[in-house]
Amino acid sequence: MSLLVRVDDRLVHGQVVIGWGRTLKLRRIVLVDDVVRANTWEQDLYRMGVPGSMEIEFVSVAEAGEAFPRWEKDAGHTLVLVGNIETLAQLAQVAPVARVNLGGIHQGPGRHECLRYLFLTEEEVAQLRGLAERGVAVTAQDVPTAAPVPLREVLR
Amino acid sequence: MSEPLRGVVVSHAGLASALVEAVERISGRTDGLVAVSNEGCSRELLEARVAEAVGDSPAVVFVDLPSGSCLQASAHYFRSHENVAVVAGVSLAMLVDFLYHRDLPPGDAADRAVQTGTRALRVLTR
Repeated sequence: MSLLVRVDDRLVHGQVVIGWGRTLKLRRIVLVDDVVRANTWEQDLYRMGVPGSMEIEFVSVAEAGEAFPRWEKDAGHTLVLVGNIETLAQLAQVAPVARVNLGGIHQGPGRHECLRYLFLTEEEVAQLRGLAERGVAVTAQDVPTAAPVPLREVLR
Repeated sequence: MSEPLRGVVVSHAGLASALVEAVERISGRTDGLVAVSNEGCSRELLEARVAEAVGDSPAVVFVDLPSGSCLQASAHYFRSHENVAVVAGVSLAMLVDFLYHRDLPPGDAADRAVQTGTRALRVLTR
């Protein structure tokens, strides 16, 4: 496994950098977010959370589509982070996303609890089902020590 | 005299509540400190919790780690509020000291907290 796409509304935080970073021996975190891509203050904030042994890139969805094949071929592990299902769906339209880790979407208006760390709207449920029907392997797992939960169980 | 500073402690899990409780056990005082947990929060929701905890008071926001969701939410709030300073790496030593220096401007209180926290780090040798 050299590339993992993770959905996490906290973006670059402890679970990602420490939990997944150490377990996967991550070489690179890529934050795919059009807003952060255009905001150097935000980038500096997220950069503070990444150790010197790890690279971090900030890209737009379009840029991610172009760079995805390079990350897949890279010898080191890359974690591609998106903050929501909408961005994931956009990314899947421009890049060959094969596996998705649902890491954390927290409570908010219109969301219902699927797992302790996963609250989805009906629209997001439909988008995830669509990805799964296209052959994308979607599982939920907040930290590496937890068991991955297949999408069909998440949405049960 | 201007309004005393409020101290808002923002942390993962229950650390903030435990720190505030410990300050109370040491000082006997409960005023001036509010605990906020990131449990179950997106960054936006955590920022809203920080905003609610600060209220209309001048404040210092104490964050557990110098990165991550607690810092990011607090930094976002700090960016749009002049009367707020943020300190990362909160410790019991700095919170106890802060309680007795709530008359300082937020920036000065934040600097003092960093100095206090740094001085509290010691290696004991035989």
